[in-house]
Amino acid sequence: MKRLNMSIRIAVIMFPGANCDLDTIHVLNNVMNIQTDLVWHNYFKESEYDGVILPGGFAFGDYLRAGIIAAHSPALDQARMMLKDNKPVIGICNGFQVLTEANLLPGALLQNNSLKFICKWVNLRVENNKTACTNMMKRGEVIDIPIAHGEGRYFADNLKELEENNQIVFKYSTENGELTENANPNGSLENIAGVCNLEQNCIGLMPHPERASEAILSPKGTIHGQLFFKSIIEFIKRRLS
Amino acid sequence: MAHQEFEVEITLMNKPAARDPVGETIQKDLLAKKGYDMVTNVRSGQFLRINIQALSQEEAKETVTKMCNDLRIFNPVTQNLYILKVKKTK
Repeated sequence: MKRLNMSIRIAVIMFPGANCDLDTIHVLNNVMNIQTDLVWHNYFKESEYDGVILPGGFAFGDYLRAGIIAAHSPALDQARMMLKDNKPVIGICNGFQVLTEANLLPGALLQNNSLKFICKWVNLRVENNKTACTNMMKRGEVIDIPIAHGEGRYFADNLKELEENNQIVFKYSTENGELTENANPNGSLENIAGVCNLEQNCIGLMPHPERASEAILSPKGTIHGQLFFKSIIEFIKRRLS
Repeated sequence: MAHQEFEVEITLMNKPAARDPVGETIQKDLLAKKGYDMVTNVRSGQFLRINIQALSQEEAKETVTKMCNDLRIFNPVTQNLYILKVKKTK
């Protein structure tokens, strides 16, 4: 079934305590021109959408652990069904934490080594450009993007498996793409900033592409976050064609 | 047998392979600097006290263990669960 670009519909899930939902909606609706709805987590129906984004914030106040309460929301059961249909499920920041706690993505996000909430622009190196949110990027390309988190230290006990399966999507790097300790803002294992599932249709990352999609918001005037959203749209188009 | 109320205390702690910056900071930046250099390690964790209806102490412990596993009260990737004590409440 062929559909027009404009008929693609994406949902951004609103959890109590989410605070990047409106930014994400704004970028998709007004910058990328994609019909995007804000959907309360209990009411989300996957059949009405081509993809879903779990936004940043503090779902359920991050009580117990960031993401764990939201991971039990019915929205996550819907997300599991979407993945079976090869619809993209994307978690940004707190959304990434939710996806790891829901066991849709490997590993976990621990408190930053510095114990501080870190809010700054960083560089990411693209490690896998075959996924639902990196297919418009080049492998090894370095993008500008901000982070804003207290619990972003990626940890996994099966690193080798993740490497062999190409599940590492983004790594924190220098501007030149070097993976140094200084470029690692939070102590993440192997500088990992984002990972995907085996099927590469579920991706989580700590940085915020929705805050890097308009030149006015970027200290360097870059709009690299748009590549992220363009990739999602491209992935959906390929699936529908 | 009638149900009774039990109090189960559990703690969730990072596995040894996952660094615990809270514990490290308490040890290095507070204790060691204030003369308690005999302290060689501090690990922090989360503490939960759960009141639960059960037929026996064993059942209370089993139910708490089961719910912690089923609902991922602790993250099996990074944390261990320890049951500290189970006692009948008055």
